Amino acid sequence: MTVDKEQPPILELTDIGKTFGNIRALSGVSLSVRQGEVTCILGDNGAGKSTLIKIISGLHSYDDGSYRVAGEQVKFASPREALDLGIATVYQDLALAPQQSVWRNFYLGSELTKGVWPLRMLDVETMRDTADEELQKMGIHVPDIDQPVGTLSGGQRQVVAIARAIHFGAKVLILDEPTAALGVKQSGVVLKYISAARKAGLGVIFITHNPHHAFLVGDHFVVLRQGELELSSPRKELTLDDLTHHMSGGADLDALKHELQRIEPPDVGAVHELAEAEQES
Amino acid sequence: MAATDSSPQTAEPAAPSVASGIDNRAARFTQRSLARRIITRPEIGSLLGAIAVMVLFLAVAAPIRNLDAAATVLYATSTIGIMAAAVSLLMIGGEFDLSAGVAVISSALAGGMFTWWFGVNVWVGVLFALAFALAIGFINGYLVTKTKLPSFLITLGAFLILQGLNLFVTRVVTGAVSSPSISNMDGFDSAKAVFASTINIGGVGIRVAILWWIGFTVIATWILLRTKIGNWIYAIGDDQDAARAVGVPVKWTKIGLFMTVGFMAWFMGMHNLFLFSSIQSGGGVGQELIYIAAAVVGGCALMGGYGTAIGTAIGALIFGLTNQGIVFAGWNPDLFKFFIGATLLVAVVLNMWVRVRAQRR
Repeated sequence: MTVDKEQPPILELTDIGKTFGNIRALSGVSLSVRQGEVTCILGDNGAGKSTLIKIISGLHSYDDGSYRVAGEQVKFASPREALDLGIATVYQDLALAPQQSVWRNFYLGSELTKGVWPLRMLDVETMRDTADEELQKMGIHVPDIDQPVGTLSGGQRQVVAIARAIHFGAKVLILDEPTAALGVKQSGVVLKYISAARKAGLGVIFITHNPHHAFLVGDHFVVLRQGELELSSPRKELTLDDLTHHMSGGADLDALKHELQRIEPPDVGAVHELAEAEQES
Repeated sequence: MAATDSSPQTAEPAAPSVASGIDNRAARFTQRSLARRIITRPEIGSLLGAIAVMVLFLAVAAPIRNLDAAATVLYATSTIGIMAAAVSLLMIGGEFDLSAGVAVISSALAGGMFTWWFGVNVWVGVLFALAFALAIGFINGYLVTKTKLPSFLITLGAFLILQGLNLFVTRVVTGAVSSPSISNMDGFDSAKAVFASTINIGGVGIRVAILWWIGFTVIATWILLRTKIGNWIYAIGDDQDAARAVGVPVKWTKIGLFMTVGFMAWFMGMHNLFLFSSIQSGGGVGQELIYIAAAVVGGCALMGGYGTAIGTAIGALIFGLTNQGIVFAGWNPDLFKFFIGATLLVAVVLNMWVRVRAQRR
């Protein structure tokens, strides 16, 4: 995957800070997303991942720094404004109505109609065919476009939500932990789809706390820790081991290791030997 | 009667997708069989129930086996079904309206007493009652969406308030427990023709309410299955946060649904007003539960997101059949409520069983 570094980022955050009361949730976070690139945001629970995506998607405002979309400074008052600029977020709960059919969910809130009022009615044929076609195009095979969304697997549901966001003009796709609740196979489906979205020229922000998943699809990696940037690095300057290392505490872990090494090991050794002896017996 | 009702929705999901599906992705495409599709329709339980009840009463009650009796049954059905149609839309949208039964009487009293007090043409009273009924619906909807309290509580309040107002205002205005007769006032005959007349078709007297009921059911079905708003109603009842997240105007859709119930309460109120020309102020209590029961028997989910207007119409038909069947069979009419309760229990268990099977696919 070659990324043209000269291309201006579609979405750029510089030194973003956010405080809730006297709690500093984020400080000095910078991030840029380019079209055709997957930016992974990793971090432990409480690292500030969700605050960051809420700022990007317009649910929260920010206190410091700047947020630019296609070079224009923005401060969103609602998610609708972000959506209008093509920034779509697929949350973990997906915003799908489980008992309704796949095609009805696909077009929910953006239904196609034909005819004139008062006989203006849903263009069911077009919606059903288009939804089916769009899903096929992205390599998703839903057994039956009329089946309730609730009967799809978790991975398929994610993918339907993603396909919907793309179909309705998303330029930047924010995926909030799309693989968190899924098994290996289902995660694979979603990751393949993230890759397809990148090929389609979207900028993707992939939030996860699984470095293995991130490394399979990411072009750029950002690790957050306690509201600050632990790491921001392009793929070529990084190995999976580095990433895992940064994820699991990075510099702090090194310091801890160092500290542990300085402490004389006798009791640890004793415990260790004891454990080994026990295992042997 | 059942045949005209069931044709549009059974045709809808089956035909087009089977045709378009098989040619492009033959092997991958595991279509649900036609039989499975039919058995998982929300109406199927109530349809079988209606047939069972019909067969029962045809067997035990000889006098029911003629067209006049059928017209009587359909009329009894329509008096439940018109309100139940609106109530089912509201239920599919995930809300209740316990004030629906009393609101019918409130609308009728409002129209009757307004006309009588001001001595105006009854059509002025009819319009006043419409504004009044829509206002009740709006207030219910506004309070439910504004407070986010369960509609059960809000409309329970509205139910008691209206019940109290019906008695109180009627007593203050007329000094009696019923509204004065308006049968000799201007416009009464034309209004009666619209709301409460009987049309002679082939020697059988058909109450016009039956035609309205069929019309309202068709419109409700069309709205649910073929309009944007219908799509929103299902989605809101299913998961209103999801609906809001994709830009569905949840609040206004809900207010609209409560106002639809208000509209139907107005219609039934006018039916009662022009049928009897005078209205008992204490009526309507308990009817709201019959409407809800009809919708549930017809396959509407109590918590919303699922159901059809056709199913509800069939649910109302079961109650209409039971109501009149008991009379024709010479049984004690006190048993009507017993049968409604028993039907409701059987229907919910059956519907649940069907839905579990539908989910399993």
